[in-house]
This record gives sequence, C-alpha cells and structure tokens, in this order.
Amino acid sequence: MNAPLPPIEDLVACPHCDALHHLPSLGENERAFCARCGSLMVAPRARSFLQVLSLAFSAMILMAAAVFFPFLSISSHGFGHASSVFEVAMAFSDSWYAPLSLAVLMVIVALPALRFAGLIYTLWPLANGRPPWRHAAFVFRMVEESQPWSMAEIFVIGTAVALVKIGGLASISFGPAFWAFCCLIIVNVLKNAYMSKSAIWEAIGKG
Amino acid sequence: MSGPEIISATDAGLTGCTQCGKVWPAGTARCGRCGSHLHPVDIRSLQRVWAWWWAGLIFYIPANLFPMLRTSTMFGTQENTIAGGAVELAQHGDWAVALIILMASVLIPIAKFIAIAYLAFTVRVPGQRGGRHLMLYDVVEFIGRWSMIDVFVVAILSSLVQLGFVATIHPGPAAVAFALSVAFTMLSAQSFDPRLIWRVPPTPDPEQPAPQVTRET
Repeated sequence: MNAPLPPIEDLVACPHCDALHHLPSLGENERAFCARCGSLMVAPRARSFLQVLSLAFSAMILMAAAVFFPFLSISSHGFGHASSVFEVAMAFSDSWYAPLSLAVLMVIVALPALRFAGLIYTLWPLANGRPPWRHAAFVFRMVEESQPWSMAEIFVIGTAVALVKIGGLASISFGPAFWAFCCLIIVNVLKNAYMSKSAIWEAIGKG
Repeated sequence: MSGPEIISATDAGLTGCTQCGKVWPAGTARCGRCGSHLHPVDIRSLQRVWAWWWAGLIFYIPANLFPMLRTSTMFGTQENTIAGGAVELAQHGDWAVALIILMASVLIPIAKFIAIAYLAFTVRVPGQRGGRHLMLYDVVEFIGRWSMIDVFVVAILSSLVQLGFVATIHPGPAAVAFALSVAFTMLSAQSFDPRLIWRVPPTPDPEQPAPQVTRET
C-alpha cells in the first residue's frame, strides 16, 4: 500500500465491487465505468436535473389519474364489474389477508408516488441552481434504497397475465387508469435514463 | 477484467460508501455525504443473507401447497395451487401459457434460491471470482422483484372477476405465503454484499507490484 494515493476527496469506490478509482472531472458526454466490474459509475452530466424534475412531475400527475380513474372492467352473460387500482389492491382485504392489501397498495401506488415526490424535493432547488433543501441527502437516499420495492411496472405486466388467464371467460375493457399506468411506466423509464445518480450526489455534497 | 493494478478501497485502508461511492477513512461510521451506514467488507454479513434465505424457503413451501385462487362458477368451486393452475392450462391445450406460468412461478423462484446459496457458498472459497459472479448477482437482484407478479395477478383476478353466479374468484392463503417468500428472498439478495466477490484474502502477496489507482473516462 505504498503507492501515493490522491487526496481522499478525489477517490470514488465502486458501490458494487469496492474497486478504488481516481475520477477526473468528466466532460459533458463522457461516462465512467468501473475498471473491475464494469458497472456504470458516472453518467453523462449533459442531461440536466430539469428534465428529471419535469418527468417526475408528469409521473405524479399520471399516478393521480391511475388511482382515481377506473382501471379495468369485465362483462359476461349480462354481469358486469369494474375495478379501480385501489379496489384491485383491496382484493385481499376481506379476511386475514388484509395486511397483504396494504402491502400491495404500498408497492404499486404509495411507494412510487413517494419516490417521485422525494425526487422533486431533491431536485427542485438543484435545478434552480440553489443549495439543496434540508435533509435532501436523507430523502434522496430513501428514494434510491426503496427502488427495488417500487413495483408499478410489474403490476402493469401482471395485468397482461391476468387478461390471458381470464381469456375467453369474459370480455375485458381498459379504463383510463390502465393507460395512465402504461404512460407512467414509460415516463419512469425515461426518468431513469436521464437521471445521473452520481451528479445528484455531487450536487448534494457541495451544498 | 481484473488486473493487478486495481485495488479495493478496503485494501487501501479506506471504506467506500455502497450508496454514493464516496470514500472515507476506515472506521468511519456514516457517509458524510449521503448518510448511509458504512460497513466494511465482512464475510459475517452472510449471516443475514442466510437468515432471509431460510425465511424465504420456509414460506415457499405453503406457497406451493395451499391454493392460490378459489374459483366459484355455476358448476362448483375449484381451488388452484400454483402448479395446479399451470397443469390445468396445459390440459386445456394452452401449452405455451402453461409453460410461461410454470417458468415464472416455479422455475425462477427455485433458481433464485439456488443462485443466492451458490453465491454465498462460493465467496467463502479464496481466490478471484470476478465478473461472472457479479452478473449472476445482478440477474438475481433484477429477477427477484418480478416474482411478485403472481401476487398482482391474484389481486387483479379476484377484484375483477366478481360476476355473481357466473364466476367469482377469491384469493387463497398461498398468495400471502408467496408474497412473503418473494419479499424475504429479495431481502436475502439485498443483504449479499457484492464486494465480497472481489475480497482479497487478508494476507498480501509481497511479490505483487505496488497498487496503482486506475481511472477510466
């Protein structure tokens, strides 16, 4: 360990494999990958916070639509029934399964909405060139750590599987909430593509 | 992919933040930038992996034995387990759909258990493992949450199919067990510290050249 290390502020450890890197400041469109495990460490900076911010706002609006409009409706032999996303989650609520209803509601509606809200809280001052608000580090860390538990996109694919299972039994029609959910997934993918985690951490660290 | 010039933060007497990548002197408790707990690369963290792994496996058993769905139609009530539903679809001739369901609900969960156990066992063996193990870890982390799809399907079916005496569907106890099993397996995978894959045995080799810090743009 006798190699002279650069000052500790200039070092970055890969969160995946712990390889130590000295990161020079990158140009607008450069990315940095871990030399050992190949995971992306620094994404291009050119995509500004403003794009992510506007996508997060769109996602919030779509989420509101997805919750309050009808989601799917079914009809067969003169019987009909419509469900909202809320009612889908409540499918487990009439027995001892009730906690599962709450969990489903958490992972498909509450958590995605909270993550978008947290992202707006973090990025609003940064996009306007101001220092981050209080507890921005905590909020953004929660946004990042809750990522695996945010399952809106899995829910949409689940809808497709459910439709296949119902098959010829009944005819199904999609409500506005279904399309809102689909748009939400696309907006979320765009947000992930535009967002540079390392740039946000750097901005929070400076503030 | 790994050359002798790459050193780990741990070997340089530093601790890297697993959340934001910032480097701190070893022994620092919390990352000063993002506030996450800094933990050194430690083989003992595998205990948590195994604890969640067993919890997931235990709940996976009732998830398969109990019915996932209870369907009442004009012709009576029918209970379907995960595998039973797929078998029934196959009997109706829907081979493709049956195969997909069998893949997603039976094969992938079992493969996940095996993959996590394999990763946790092999990091105990000294030596370089490298990228392929990390790829396996990434796949397990990515796939894990998608198993929840079965629970969502049950929720959608049982809220939507409420057609009086034509057909009604109700969730079965396996849905709860399956959801818990998936959640515990996700926690097991998250508890695995991928930095262990590259952990260098504690005794340094004097023949090794002095480590150089690398950069890539």
